[in-house]
Amino acid sequence: MSRDAQVGIVLVSHSGPVADSVAELARGLAAGGATAPVAAAGGTLAGGLGTSTELIAEAARSVDAGAGVAVLVDLGSAVLTVKAMLAEGDELPAGARLVDAPFVEGAVAAVVTASAGGDLDAVQAAASEAYDYRKA
Amino acid sequence: MLDADFFHRWMIAAAGLVDRDAEHLTELDSAIGDADHGSNLRRGFAAVSAALAKEPPQTPGAVLSLAGRQLISTVGGASGPLYGTLLRRTGKALGGAPAVSRADLARALGEGVAAVSQLGGAQAGDKTMLDALLPAVDALGTSFAAGRDAARAGAEATVPLRARKGRASYLGERSVGHQDPGATSAALLIAALADTAETAGGEA
Repeated sequence: MSRDAQVGIVLVSHSGPVADSVAELARGLAAGGATAPVAAAGGTLAGGLGTSTELIAEAARSVDAGAGVAVLVDLGSAVLTVKAMLAEGDELPAGARLVDAPFVEGAVAAVVTASAGGDLDAVQAAASEAYDYRKA
Repeated sequence: MLDADFFHRWMIAAAGLVDRDAEHLTELDSAIGDADHGSNLRRGFAAVSAALAKEPPQTPGAVLSLAGRQLISTVGGASGPLYGTLLRRTGKALGGAPAVSRADLARALGEGVAAVSQLGGAQAGDKTMLDALLPAVDALGTSFAAGRDAARAGAEATVPLRARKGRASYLGERSVGHQDPGATSAALLIAALADTAETAGGEA
């Protein structure tokens, strides 16, 4: 892994606006210097609800700097599409990994950790740990 | 033996049945899902037909792999990766053989169905496409017609079940009393297979 490359984050939602907004939120909360590359891939190519392999593959390519790509997903077809793409083997960059995490909280944790220079394992751990924070 | 042309015609027949029943599938999906199953699958199988026509693959496995890949990239909903994985994994299990037997297909389809179960985390009785596919795989060992009947019976048997996967599972008891759209479309896929075998005049 290149010493300077940061882990890329891809946010896959059933909805375009949800993915875009969560990306914006995560970038905003990670502020204080340059943040790790984040790309949103929500909705279908036509702008409807659903998921697009094209948008996901493009997002992953755009944030891949060689240090790995953490893919966070929300629900339904977003989860299944990314899993099916990873099984296919050639549509996502070699270092892409599906991270099991709550979408919003996990995205913030992942972007903060990646921006601080954490490697893919650290980003995955931080995002997954977001499940442990109980709200009531 | 079943060659690439047979599998190509199976996919075209499936596209035809999905197109014919798209509104019915969407109607079933509007009861317990998000009312897009028919239109999503129609778009997906239209893309499959177009891709196969453009560059017809030379082996049964390659036909199903190409079809699966098209479904994953064009359907947009959860049925895309599920059906895509079914066909792609079945195609992979068939390997590079230029022609396969019905028994080979039944075995390969069994691997495809297992991959769907793993991907979606569903089991028999969860009110999903598996409830049509699992009995169909068993019955295909007997004949294509038996596979079609088993898939159809499996789909109809989802009516009293409570959904345990996907959006319908949020409805809890209210999902009871509706036939599952995924099991219904899965029965169409198997019906298209039996139709193709009968048209070919082969052993049914």
